Amino acid sequence: MANESINKLIGDRYKYGFTTDVESESFPPGLNEDVITALSKKKKEPEFMLEWRLKAYKHWLTLEEPDWAHIGYPKIDYQDISYYSAPKSNEDKPQSLDEVDPKLLETYDKLGIPLHERARLAGVAVDAVFDSVSVATTFKKKLSEAGVIFCPFSEAVHKYPELIKKYLGTVVPQRDNFFTALNSAVFSDGSFVYIPKGVRCPMELSTYFRINAENTGQFERTLIIADEDSYVSYLEGCTAPMRDENQLHAAVVELVALKNAEIKYSTVQNWYPGDENGRGGIYNFVTKRGDCRGSNSKISWTQVETGSAITWKYPSCILRGDHSIGEFYSVAVTNNKQQADTGTKMIHIGKNTKSTIVSKGISAGAAQNAYRGLVRIMPQAKNSRNHTQCDSLLIGKDCGAHTFPYIEGKNSSSIIEHEATTSKISEDQLFYCKQRGIGEEDAVNMIVNGFCKEVFKKLPMEFAVEAEALLNVSLEGAVG
Amino acid sequence: MLNIKNIHTSINETKILNGLSLEISPGEVHAIMGPNGSGKSTLAKVLAGQDDCEVTEGEIQYKGENLLDLSIEERSREGIFVGFQYPVEIPGLNNSQFLRASINAKRKHKEEEEMSAVDFLKLARETIEKLEIPQTFLNRGVNEGFSGGEKKRNEIFQMTMLNPEIAILDETDSGLDIDALKIVAKGVNEFKSESKAIILITHYQRLLDYIEPDYVHVLSNGKIIESGDKSLAQRLEQTGYKDDGE
Repeated sequence: MANESINKLIGDRYKYGFTTDVESESFPPGLNEDVITALSKKKKEPEFMLEWRLKAYKHWLTLEEPDWAHIGYPKIDYQDISYYSAPKSNEDKPQSLDEVDPKLLETYDKLGIPLHERARLAGVAVDAVFDSVSVATTFKKKLSEAGVIFCPFSEAVHKYPELIKKYLGTVVPQRDNFFTALNSAVFSDGSFVYIPKGVRCPMELSTYFRINAENTGQFERTLIIADEDSYVSYLEGCTAPMRDENQLHAAVVELVALKNAEIKYSTVQNWYPGDENGRGGIYNFVTKRGDCRGSNSKISWTQVETGSAITWKYPSCILRGDHSIGEFYSVAVTNNKQQADTGTKMIHIGKNTKSTIVSKGISAGAAQNAYRGLVRIMPQAKNSRNHTQCDSLLIGKDCGAHTFPYIEGKNSSSIIEHEATTSKISEDQLFYCKQRGIGEEDAVNMIVNGFCKEVFKKLPMEFAVEAEALLNVSLEGAVG
Repeated sequence: MLNIKNIHTSINETKILNGLSLEISPGEVHAIMGPNGSGKSTLAKVLAGQDDCEVTEGEIQYKGENLLDLSIEERSREGIFVGFQYPVEIPGLNNSQFLRASINAKRKHKEEEEMSAVDFLKLARETIEKLEIPQTFLNRGVNEGFSGGEKKRNEIFQMTMLNPEIAILDETDSGLDIDALKIVAKGVNEFKSESKAIILITHYQRLLDYIEPDYVHVLSNGKIIESGDKSLAQRLEQTGYKDDGE
């Protein structure tokens, strides 16, 4: 029965596949010290930034691309990538939404996220990244009244060099891995957030990323610092246009939570996953890490990953402060030929630290979905706890789910729990739904959303709705 | 309303129903009894339209149409409800969300306006109270972690909410203690009306102490070998099925 509808469903093309016709100013492909110097100059960066980039580049040259993940892809030619691209209008940076290139706003409209409306309705400040340059920032005033800094990374380099020098690369060192070294050398732009002592950020901060220019790698850099006793919730979401060339994306996100501070970081990722043969699609090699630097601090990652041809991503927490808490809630959906190797690392260093991992992997079509997680409890991290729950759902018979848990408990007063399940959407479940009048597609959506409920309820309200819709689009027709 | 004529079916090439005929009119309650393996549950599957039940011969007319032409969900939307012997669990999917989707699928089919969340909740709360079911049923996952008895009560709850034209209850009495049985029977009796038809598929006579059938049919080797009124069920209780000691 199912074959026909599987094909129908899987045949559903990516809905956000289009390219906006904005004239881009790009560097020719290639990477060397001159390119990095030119990039830094283009961005009018201070000297310390250029030095930092060059140092990373020199280290990168000594590294090999990692190959341990459960993914496969043709070798990337890093000399065939252009390392800078910006919409032309950037020279004359718009001061408000009215001044923004209407083409750009149109793009957001097509994505169903009319920026101004959305921002106003949801009370969300949006720092939109279109290609590599931020084009619109709203609600700046309200935030600045609270003392919150929320701006493009390139702006922060000029305005808050002391904060950048103090925190940049302290959570994810340049040398952390191949992709972080590359990102450190060539990062284009991203967001910078600083929440001062004792401030509860008055609104959710949100960035929409979008890759647009052809053949351009995206190297976002995000740094969020929550000073003592502060709180912030940050949302990140993205879509990308359809294309044939594979695109590399190697972002770095660093979070720092000081004493009693809390950072909640939510992602809905919907980059172009490639066509039904796996052609095109984004390669997403991201390093995200949070440092619970102060006691009683908390960092919580929530991610819904439906896009990209390849996802290589392990949002992690370093639980340095005593009584600090790390959380990871993840839904990763792979369909057709998509590959995901994703999970988290929880490094317990402080005493009485606690971490929770809930991972939901969904595979359909011929997709491969791997959970890879490390829980390390150091000798001095007395009385620490971890609970991991790792569930996989298979739709159809050509897909795969894999679990690679690494557990290292180095003291005897701590408790580590790991639960894992693998299930299939059964014919019985589908039959039951249909007998109640619910069509097959709706039934699959409902069952999958039910499976993900635990994670969705961790997302901010309006994001949860979006995530559910996304999941439905991603799995249209994927019945087994 | 429902006219089953000389139905033959096979599942994986094993013949199950073997020339079964049965005519049902609105307002009637039919009990189908018979030993294990006689084809009782297959009858429910055939009426629901389950794919692995192949109808090799015969026809089924429902409200003047050929039932076998309709998909599973179309049959449901046209008023056929099957209460399952072993209702499946759907973890995480909220019971009320599921039920509302179900009601609205039917309404959409009938080109009626969708039921709002508020109206739905009102109806669900009233129904649940009437059926003596805990309110918590609404917020739990569909049959998730339900006991056998709770699952059966949930089926009756769904039936009442969906208000079908014909309800086929497959071994709804199995696994119920006497109190749960009474609650289930009460739900079925309240559902009963001049415009509705009910098919009770059961192994035991005890359900029929609480829901009085108009007709009792004995199924054996895939066809009806004897039909009568409720006294037939009582007789079976004493003598048992011929080839089945229970």
